[in-house]
Amino acid sequence: MENPGAGRADIERDAVIDVRGLWSRFGRTLVHRGIDLSVCRSEVLGVVGGSGSGKTTLLRQMLGLEQPYRGAVTVFGVDLNRARGAERESVRARWGVLFQNGALFSALSVYDNIALALRELRALDEDIIRDLVISKLQMVGIEAHHAAKMPAQLSGGMIKRIGLARALALDPELLFLDEPTAGLDPDRSESFVALIQELRREMHLTVVMVTHDLDTLVSLADRVAVLCEQRLLAVGPLREVSALGHPFVRNFFQGERGRRALEVLEDVQRLMPI
Amino acid sequence: MNAPQTSLDPPRLVYHTAEGGARAIEVRGSWSLQALQPRLAELHTELARASADATAIWDLRPVAHLDHAGAALLWHAWGRPGTPRAALRSEHESFFRRLAAAAEAPPPPPIRRWQRLAWLPAVWGLRLYAHARDLVLLVGALVLDGIRMLARPSRAPWREISANLYRTGAQALGITALVGFLIGVVLSYLSSNQLKNFGADVYIVNILGVSVVRELGPVLAAILVAGRSGSSMTAQLGVMRVTQELDAMSVMGIPQTSRLVLPKVIALAFGLPLLIVWTNAVALLGGMVAAHAELGLSYRYFIEALPGAIPIANLYLGIGKGVVFGVLIALLACHYGLRIRPNTESLGAGTTGSVVTAITIVILVDAVFAVAFRDVGLAF
Repeated sequence: MENPGAGRADIERDAVIDVRGLWSRFGRTLVHRGIDLSVCRSEVLGVVGGSGSGKTTLLRQMLGLEQPYRGAVTVFGVDLNRARGAERESVRARWGVLFQNGALFSALSVYDNIALALRELRALDEDIIRDLVISKLQMVGIEAHHAAKMPAQLSGGMIKRIGLARALALDPELLFLDEPTAGLDPDRSESFVALIQELRREMHLTVVMVTHDLDTLVSLADRVAVLCEQRLLAVGPLREVSALGHPFVRNFFQGERGRRALEVLEDVQRLMPI
Repeated sequence: MNAPQTSLDPPRLVYHTAEGGARAIEVRGSWSLQALQPRLAELHTELARASADATAIWDLRPVAHLDHAGAALLWHAWGRPGTPRAALRSEHESFFRRLAAAAEAPPPPPIRRWQRLAWLPAVWGLRLYAHARDLVLLVGALVLDGIRMLARPSRAPWREISANLYRTGAQALGITALVGFLIGVVLSYLSSNQLKNFGADVYIVNILGVSVVRELGPVLAAILVAGRSGSSMTAQLGVMRVTQELDAMSVMGIPQTSRLVLPKVIALAFGLPLLIVWTNAVALLGGMVAAHAELGLSYRYFIEALPGAIPIANLYLGIGKGVVFGVLIALLACHYGLRIRPNTESLGAGTTGSVVTAITIVILVDAVFAVAFRDVGLAF
């Protein structure tokens, strides 16, 4: 919740990402006005908000792709906008990003897309790289014979999976997902969610996820951050956040779809009290 | 839980003797990619030495942190066995299971073989055929669009034509002027040096006039436009293919040729001749300035002698060339643009191909013009 409470110090000590007093603007449009947000180790944080509320901007600032107008973003204790050289590189080796449309390198095959970051280290032998690439592909449920394909030959669901395999190539501790299930049919999006849950268990990932999809949010997110009207409306477990009276929250969570997703959540929590 | 630690525990092997005299090897520390990276070379040799002893008993349970890269490194040192040679914690079993499965997977993708055949004449012929066929189809579609446009002028893409004319013509005025002026100066300076030896100073007007108006102006402007506008046209169409904008136009029922290609072709067919006139004028100006400086030829004399020195047919020929060059450049640029496949490499190759082909074709066609019109405008 917005109220920091007693757990604050704990959270800060274990924060992987720390956003402090973040303002951002494009030209004269203010996107964020003083956002404070921490992402703790091993949690999945879902970021929601209406279109144009700056979810993707926030994500890009956490990645150091955009400079905040004011405020600071610290990832693994490194201030992205101050750090230079090796310090910054060390952060980049510890995170993986799945972009909304995959952002696979269209000139490289699936295999080379995943191998690129591993080769860039200039430390591993090609046969180790090969085994790593194939096992990463298997991890995301892609058979090895697809490895020779070019991104243009792939379906949307496969692009997402391969984008995820590429994000996981360096065994990151922190994973950013931008609309991980957008553009997938319900069946595929469910199996994608299951995949991320499994990977999270296996690799002890911290995940920051921007999403519109309530089902994804319900099944993955430990905490939800709601961006609205240039501010961070609330951060907390889904059930607490969805109970807020704010019109945006009501619209988002209490609509027909939202209610259905939340009912499932309540069923699950009744059966397995946490 | 073996959560990733911030202070990295260096990866290492610890040896001791197990009961029965066999060597026991404990894998300790953090075997994650980050921790491994700085010490990879030494670890390689140490692992090779350690795994040479086939009787050694490996224990992976004390490891502080293991990831895929660490698992792969150990597994390769063991000679990629079907089952790992070490005692494992349950959470690490899946790493080795996956690696063993990866070993059974088919070998990495081969380099696409057809690229090696690219130099065979047959492949060349096929490519040439594909280009020729696409180009004929494009020209056919353009002719039909042109007829339709003439039949219903109100539906013609006037706005696009005007925009293209501005981008390819008006915005190219600066660069063509600069290049034209400098070429005029250089040509005039070099010629006047030679002419001085023969005392034939006044013929500088004839030499400059004919060569600039008939050859240099048109070819210079065409090459500049091919590099400047041809590449941007190809890239524009190519990016529209990559971002599926071309598909979006198709499904809306907007014909690509009449909205995208035709305006470009028409704009360059008008724009390039105008640019040629402009380039001619500026090049002659440069020549005049240099002749004045080098030979002391007065500006007044130069301007007065010009109409007499250049038969007017040369100007028409130059402008005619401009129309042909303009159509060719736009056509080739669009042809290459529409052939781009949705990947970045194809985009680069297509743009290069477009510019190189356009410039080559311009010079080739210029040679054809030179032969075909050898009796025009040169008789004194």
